[in-house]
Amino acid sequence: MTAQHWTDLLVLGAGPAGASAALAAAEHGMDVVLLDEAADAGGQVFRAPPKSFVVANGKRIDPDFHIGASLRDRLAASRVRKVFERRVWFVAPGFKVSTFGPEGLEFWTAKSVVVASGTYERVVPMPGWTLPGVIGLGAATILLKSQQALPGETTVVAGCGPLVAAVAVGILKAGGKVGAVIDAASPGDWARALPSMAVRPDLLLRGLGWVGRIRLAGVPLLFRHAVVEVRGGDSVTEIMARPVDNQWRPRWDVPARAFQCDALAIGHGLVPAVELTRLLGAEHEFAAERGGWVPKVDEDCRTSEPCLYAAGDCTGISGAAPALLQGRLAGLTAALDDDRMAPEAFAQETSALRRKLQRARTFGAASARLMTPSPGLLDTVTPDTVVCRCEDVTRREIEAAFEAGAADLNQVKAWTRCGMGPCQGRMCGDTAAALAALRLGGREAVGPWTARTPIRPVPMETLIGEYDYEDIPKPAPARR
Amino acid sequence: MEIRVDGRRISAFAGESLAVALAAEGILHLRASPQAGTPRGMFCMMGVCQECVIRVDGRAVNACQEPVRDGMTVISGTLK
Ligand SMILES: Cc1cc2nc3c(=O)[nH]c(=O)nc-3n(C[C@H](O)[C@H](O)[C@H](O)COP(=O)(O)OP(=O)(O)OC[C@H]3O[C@@H](n4cnc5c(N)ncnc54)[C@H](O)[C@@H]3O)c2cc1C
Ligand code: FES
Repeated sequence: MTAQHWTDLLVLGAGPAGASAALAAAEHGMDVVLLDEAADAGGQVFRAPPKSFVVANGKRIDPDFHIGASLRDRLAASRVRKVFERRVWFVAPGFKVSTFGPEGLEFWTAKSVVVASGTYERVVPMPGWTLPGVIGLGAATILLKSQQALPGETTVVAGCGPLVAAVAVGILKAGGKVGAVIDAASPGDWARALPSMAVRPDLLLRGLGWVGRIRLAGVPLLFRHAVVEVRGGDSVTEIMARPVDNQWRPRWDVPARAFQCDALAIGHGLVPAVELTRLLGAEHEFAAERGGWVPKVDEDCRTSEPCLYAAGDCTGISGAAPALLQGRLAGLTAALDDDRMAPEAFAQETSALRRKLQRARTFGAASARLMTPSPGLLDTVTPDTVVCRCEDVTRREIEAAFEAGAADLNQVKAWTRCGMGPCQGRMCGDTAAALAALRLGGREAVGPWTARTPIRPVPMETLIGEYDYEDIPKPAPARR
Repeated sequence: MEIRVDGRRISAFAGESLAVALAAEGILHLRASPQAGTPRGMFCMMGVCQECVIRVDGRAVNACQEPVRDGMTVISGTLK
C-alpha cells in the first residue's frame, strides 16, 4: 500500500521562506502541507539542533537561534501539517510529488505549490579537495550550530563571502583553533559592499566584530589569497595558499604559504536549488550575482507556471531576512489566487511587507555579490584536479571532451560521466558549466544543468517494497 | 550511548549525526569514491553530496543525516 495525500497547498522546503509561506497561507484558511527532509523546520540558517540536545545558551553560539525557535513555535501552534524527514525525490506538473521517509514512499497531490528549496554550496575545486577533512563552509555552519561540533582540531577557513568570517568566529567561540583565514576578496571589495550593508547596521557591526575577533585571536588573516592545494594521505594534513590577482587568478610566480591543519572549511558562495522549479516547467534566467540560474518570478512570487510560486534563496541568493519576508508574500499570493483573500486585503497586508523586503534585499544583494567568485579562481582547477567527485572526472578529461568536439554540457556529461553520479551533478555542475562557458561563450550559451528525477537517491529497498509498478511515478522527460 | 564501528565500541551522544560521532573518534574515511576508490568523508552535511554513504545495520545511509542510535552497527569505508 502506498500513502496518497491531497492538499490545497504543498510547500516544498521548511526553511525561513517555506515556513513563512506555509504560515501565511494557513492563516487564510488553506490546507497546507509543509514538507522537508530535515527533522524540523528552520532550513540552513535556523537549523534545529537534534531533539535530544539540551542547548543551554543558543544565543551564545548563534545570535539567530531564537528566530528559528520562534518560527518552530508558530508552526507548532498553527494548522499547517508539518511533515518532516521526507525527501522529495519526484515532482511533476499538475502537482504530483513523491517523497520517501520513515513511512516509506508517499504521494502528494496539490492545487498549488510553493517551492522554497534553498541552495547548495559552491566549492571551486583545487588539487586534493576530495580528501576527508575538507568540508564546505555551509557544512561547517551546520556542524557548529546544529551539531555543536568542531570541524577539526585546527581548521583553516577559506573561500569568499560573509560565511568565511562567520565560520572562523564560530570555531573560535566554540573553543576551537583556526589555523588561518584565507579570503579571496580584498579589503577593498569589502569596503565597496559597506554602503549597501549600512541598511542593516546590526549585521554590519556583527561583521566588523568578526574581523576584530579573528585578529585578536592572533589568527593569520590573508586577504586576496586562495587555497591552491590540499595535502595529506588519508585525510588533510596541510594546505597551500597563494595570493590571487584582481580576477582571483592564483599568482604562480609568488611562493606558496603552507598551513598545517586537520580540517579545511572552504566555500565560494551558494547556488540556488532549482531542480524542483525546473522539473515543474517554470521559466528560468541566468543571474550570476544571484548565484546562477533562477526561476523568473513576478513581484508576488508567481513563476511562469499557474499556481506555482517560488520564494527564498532558490529564487536568487539573498539571505535569511529576505527569505522570511518573501516566503510570507508567496503564501499570501497563493491564498489570493485561491480566492481566500480579497484583493484589497492582499494589497493592504503586502504593502508594508514589500517595503521591508526591498530594504532586506539591499543588504542581501551586497553579501551575495561578495559570495560570487571571480572567474580567475577557476585556475585553481588544474588539469589533474577532480571536478566530479562522484565519478572522479578530472578537468583534463572534460577539456579533452571539448577538444574531441563536444558541443554542449550534456555531451560532456555523456562522454565523461561528469555529473552522472549519485549527487546528480549538484557538486560539480556549476564548475563544469563554468568550464564550458569559457569555450562556448558564456553561461547563457551553456544553458542550465538538466534537472532529472530522482531528485534525491532513493534506496532500492524503498522501491522494491509492496508497490505495484503503477504506483511508481515515471520520470518526466528531461528538460533543457 | 554506544555504537559499534568496524568491530570497535565507541561512545556517542544520543541524536547527534553519525558522521559527527565518527569524526570525534578520528574516523573520517566514510566511503571510497566509486571509480578511483580514493578515501572520502563528509563534505556537505546536508544529504546532497553522498560522500558520507556508509553501511549501518546492513543498510546504506547518509552518515551526515543519520542520528546515532544505541547499539547501531556501522561498517566504514567499504561502500562506493
Ligand atoms: C549548508 C548551508 C549553510 C548555510 N549557513 C548559513 C548561515 O549560517 N548563516 C546565513 O546567514 N546563511 C547561511 N546559509 C545561506 C542560507 O541558504 C540562507 O540564508 C537561508 O537559509 C535561505 O532560506 P530559504 O528558506 O530560502 O532556504 P533554506 O534555509 O536552505 O531551506 C530550504 C529547505 O528545503 C529543504 N529541501 C530542499 N530540497 C529538498 C528536497 N528535495 N526534499 C526535502 N526537502 C528539501 C531543505 O532541507 C531546507 O530545509 C547557508 C546555506 C547552506 C547551503
Ligand atoms: S556529507 Fe554530503 S551527503 Fe552526507
